[in-house]
Amino acid sequence: MPKIVAVTGNEAVAEAFRQVNPDVCAAYPITPSTDLMQRFASFVNNGKVKTEIILVESEHSAMSACIGASAAGGRVITATSSQGLALMWEELFIASGTRLPIVLGLVNRALSAPLNIHGDHSDGMGARDCGWIQLWSENAQEAYDNTIQAFRIAEHMDIRLPAMTCMDGFIISHSIERMEYLDDEVVKNFAGEFRTVNPLLDIEHPVSYGPLILPDYYMEFRRAHAEVMSKVPEVVLSVAKDFEKISGRKYSLFETYRLEDAEIAFVILNSAAGTSKDVIDEFRNKGVKAGLLKPRLYRPFPYEEVGEALKHLKAVCVLDRADAFGASYGPLYIDIAASLYPYKEKPTLINKIYGLGGRDYLPEHAELVLNELAEVAKTGRVKTFKEYIGVRE
Amino acid sequence: MKLKGWKDVKPGAVVTEAGSALKFKTGSWRAFKPKWIEENCIQCMFCWIYCPDMAVKAKDGKRAEFDYDYCKGCGICALECPGKKGNKAIVMEEEGK
Ligand code: SF4
Ligand code: SF4
Repeated sequence: MPKIVAVTGNEAVAEAFRQVNPDVCAAYPITPSTDLMQRFASFVNNGKVKTEIILVESEHSAMSACIGASAAGGRVITATSSQGLALMWEELFIASGTRLPIVLGLVNRALSAPLNIHGDHSDGMGARDCGWIQLWSENAQEAYDNTIQAFRIAEHMDIRLPAMTCMDGFIISHSIERMEYLDDEVVKNFAGEFRTVNPLLDIEHPVSYGPLILPDYYMEFRRAHAEVMSKVPEVVLSVAKDFEKISGRKYSLFETYRLEDAEIAFVILNSAAGTSKDVIDEFRNKGVKAGLLKPRLYRPFPYEEVGEALKHLKAVCVLDRADAFGASYGPLYIDIAASLYPYKEKPTLINKIYGLGGRDYLPEHAELVLNELAEVAKTGRVKTFKEYIGVRE
Repeated sequence: MKLKGWKDVKPGAVVTEAGSALKFKTGSWRAFKPKWIEENCIQCMFCWIYCPDMAVKAKDGKRAEFDYDYCKGCGICALECPGKKGNKAIVMEEEGK
């Protein structure tokens, strides 16, 4: 029987890790993910898991140890935030290029400077194109569910790629919510036994990892990686189907909320989607046809499916909790624009940057955006394509 | 040799054939070439131990010739070589001279 609990996002992801019982974990503490790993470390110390925990001197070393353990043939986890992920960056490419199915719990936090420990998406966005799978989560339940599913997706024999699950720092990682834990046995069976591919520890079949690939072959490996990425959405959907059977909770590549008959909509990631849905309900009560799309599988990005889901709208606002300095628009906006580009008839697209460094995203912000969208839908005129909201002049 | 297409490369570039580095001749990287002067050699085998590749050969427990297919010309062997009475048994010479 599932257990109803009141826990923080960090507790929930640590619990998912405990239930999967990985072989190796290498991590280095960084706010706000410290508490996640601290909880997992107590499971290790109290003998609740058989995981070997490797304490390292930096996140660069943490990811290096994860890569070694994964290549050796273990099921491997880690967690980090912000500068920690930034310090792992070089190794992230090695993990993905080497096709190692490591699962990383990313507790999203702003990047320095100026130094800030609060939730925004700059860290995850900075690593969006490093060949990892990214699953984003609105709340503790989704973070828990995505973590469990991440193992199955990453370790799938057609995929074998590392995956990171993202949740908002503090807003989700440190807030207590009601959610449901699955039974230990159920999660254990769902995750299944870890299957190795070319493990270094199989001394009967010696292998070498990390060879030098010169211009005569490098591009073929990159093309092959892109091909594997293109198979991810299908696997994500089939894993979601199996997950629904054990949990009753439905997952897809993205979530839509009152979108089918909508004329205006938000595209927004993670926790702020919840606030937006409440405001959408208020506007619906007033007769405004508003809706929302919340990406879940952000890498690989399901361009075609997202384009199909949004093409009928009149006006869409993409809200980015990360800026892309000098790229004109926020990262999510650029992806949404690309997914709509092939259509002749498409919504007018505007971009708002919000919530940087943990700045609150309030219902009144969502209201302002919806009012503006309604105006854009009516007149077809846009004042500014990209704007910052909740910032002092 | 016909090069493989992207559909045929090994996932993650993992090399599953043991000892296949033999097929990758790296001697062409060399700018300096070690030269063995046998009369100064005291058979200490330092060069054989220190060579980061396997480019110093041994035969019947004795120092044999360099394997120039793999020697990258790093000069470590020449540096470590004690030689005889102050005369080195390995000297580095510029390639192509
Ligand atoms: S030059 Fe370097 S690679 Fe060549 S034999 Fe000497 S130590 Fe080995
Ligand atoms: S290091 Fe010099 S002296 Fe010693 S075996 Fe090699 S060539 Fe001979």
